[in-house]
Amino acid sequence: MTTAVLKTGDPLASQENARYALLTMSRIRKLEEAVEDLFGRGMMHGTMHLSIGQEATATGVCMALEVSDQITSTHRGHGHCVAKGADLTSMIAELLGKESGYCHGRGGSMHIADVATGNLGANGIVGGGIPIAIGAALASKMLNRGTVAVSFFGDGAMNEGAFHEAANLAAIWKLPVILVCENNGYGMSSSTDLAFAINTLAERGLGYGIPGFTVDGNDVAAVYEATRIAVARAKAGEGPTLLEFVTYRWKGHSRSDKNLYRTKEEIDEWKKKDPILFFEHLVRDKNLLSDVEIAEVHAEATAQVIHAVNEAMKGVPADPAGLLAAVFKDLDSKEVSS
Amino acid sequence: MSERMLTMSEALREAMAIAMEERPEVFILGEDIGIYGGAFGVTGDLYHRFGSERVRDTPISELGIVGAAVGAALSGMRPIVEIQFSDFTAQAMDQIVNQAAKIHFMVGGGLHVPLVLRAAAGSGTGAAAQHSQSLEGWFANVPGLKVVIPSSPYEAKGLLLSAIDDPNPVIFMEHKLLYKIPGREAVPEGAYRIPLGVSRVLREGQDLTVVATGIMVSRAMAAADQLEKEGVFLTVIDPRTISPLDMGPIYASIEKTGRLMVVQEAPEHGGFLNEVIAKVATGPALGYLLAPVVRLAGMNIPIPYAPQLEKAAVPQVEDIVSRAREVVANWR
Repeated sequence: MTTAVLKTGDPLASQENARYALLTMSRIRKLEEAVEDLFGRGMMHGTMHLSIGQEATATGVCMALEVSDQITSTHRGHGHCVAKGADLTSMIAELLGKESGYCHGRGGSMHIADVATGNLGANGIVGGGIPIAIGAALASKMLNRGTVAVSFFGDGAMNEGAFHEAANLAAIWKLPVILVCENNGYGMSSSTDLAFAINTLAERGLGYGIPGFTVDGNDVAAVYEATRIAVARAKAGEGPTLLEFVTYRWKGHSRSDKNLYRTKEEIDEWKKKDPILFFEHLVRDKNLLSDVEIAEVHAEATAQVIHAVNEAMKGVPADPAGLLAAVFKDLDSKEVSS
Repeated sequence: MSERMLTMSEALREAMAIAMEERPEVFILGEDIGIYGGAFGVTGDLYHRFGSERVRDTPISELGIVGAAVGAALSGMRPIVEIQFSDFTAQAMDQIVNQAAKIHFMVGGGLHVPLVLRAAAGSGTGAAAQHSQSLEGWFANVPGLKVVIPSSPYEAKGLLLSAIDDPNPVIFMEHKLLYKIPGREAVPEGAYRIPLGVSRVLREGQDLTVVATGIMVSRAMAAADQLEKEGVFLTVIDPRTISPLDMGPIYASIEKTGRLMVVQEAPEHGGFLNEVIAKVATGPALGYLLAPVVRLAGMNIPIPYAPQLEKAAVPQVEDIVSRAREVVANWR
């Protein structure tokens, strides 16, 4: 089984929750390690944006959501997708360009969406998903659905006009939306120090009348708690919240990255703040999981990913025959010539 | 049914009101569309009839507005976005081109974007280069968008109702000179739908096939009236939607007339009319052509301000008349 049903709740509230949080983070990491390996061996093409090191933000945020709550994601979106409950086999199949992939090979890594789990899609455009999340929240409000929308975006997106316009609309319409900035320190190669003249990115919320909070993005329990409060505010009709989760991406921006803009020491320093190791310490201290249980969780994640890769490999390559008919839904118009 | 002669603004408003009565998920958002009634008065009293939730005034924020509409469309709503001047779609291009147009395809069909983007297009109001463009060709070159150009109040109402029904993003380009002019034909009360992707033959004449869009349709019709008195007979075809494009009636007409003129307000270079000509050049009607195809389009310049300059920049009735007369006389 490569699908997990989203579990809502505090990662530290019970052994079951702790296990789920650790399993989710581990599944994200193992999946991305497998993806990196497949790319390295030339079995996947295109590009990839790995979120290794950032697993706690995706996991903590999604543990504060219901399946019916919606998310928009980013080019670095594998973690959000997994944490919201996506099927690993369909994800890998998509990356392998298989007909059985989430997008039937038409989208790849940057365009996976999963309607069943409320994932409105990763996005290849920095900031592109933020206004879309605002619209999802608007629909929720107009239809009295009682759901929230979460927009994941990186620090780089906060300098896009899309962030500005979306944040303002969310605020003036008091929409049930949570703006989740995963501040991993770099927009590709430009550091937040060079790209911002403010101390914390959460301060930007003030300019829109949106409360903003800066939280340790590598502490899954803290991420969960901040998101839980933001969800409660949204569902109470109090409007949007901006959450800045400070984290770090261990891998380069994409395959072309030679890490010229940062030091090995910096990367190593952040590896000591590994969100998975941090959580393991926490659950050991709180007697939620033993060493044996922790090892079992990782073994389970590994087994799921291996299974997903093997299953995905069996798929047939995406078929070009269906492409023209895939552009429009219900192509019923009469295109006489082509 | 009474013979009602409406303006295009009235016809569009009627279509939106019908759609909002039919479907609770239809709503309108845009700048100054509420109490103000729209920059060109198209939404008019809809705010008072349907309330501020469904006739939703927005800040001046085109990217945000279109993005919000995309998200709402993905989540069960059917938004109609009004963009005050089609030139401002440039502000919203990411959401139109990279998001709305591609989501259904990119994600493998699991999501779709039933969104209508209405925009006031075209020159003739003295608003100069940033408020007068005809940008339909931009959108026609993006797979995933349907592009509609109504040429009259009757067409506008029926096409807009179909656009709202459509499960895909539809760009609806309204020529602002048409807003206040009553059409040549009556607009029925109640709902009727004109399918997207069906060209209309407005009149048939043996000498020349004229394909025109938007305001150029009425100019072509006026030219045809004039030329008829001289014994030159035009067929006038309005494709109504340029994406998808229904070439069938165009081919059929060329077989009868042997001559083709394509008229658009947009600049000639890279313009949509070239696609019509390319399809003719590579299609079944080529062998019937007796004369070189006539291209009549806007000059390759930004729309200028002074009235005589503005008029010179885009085809007028007299241009259609003289070019039509010429091609029919020279190629017998």
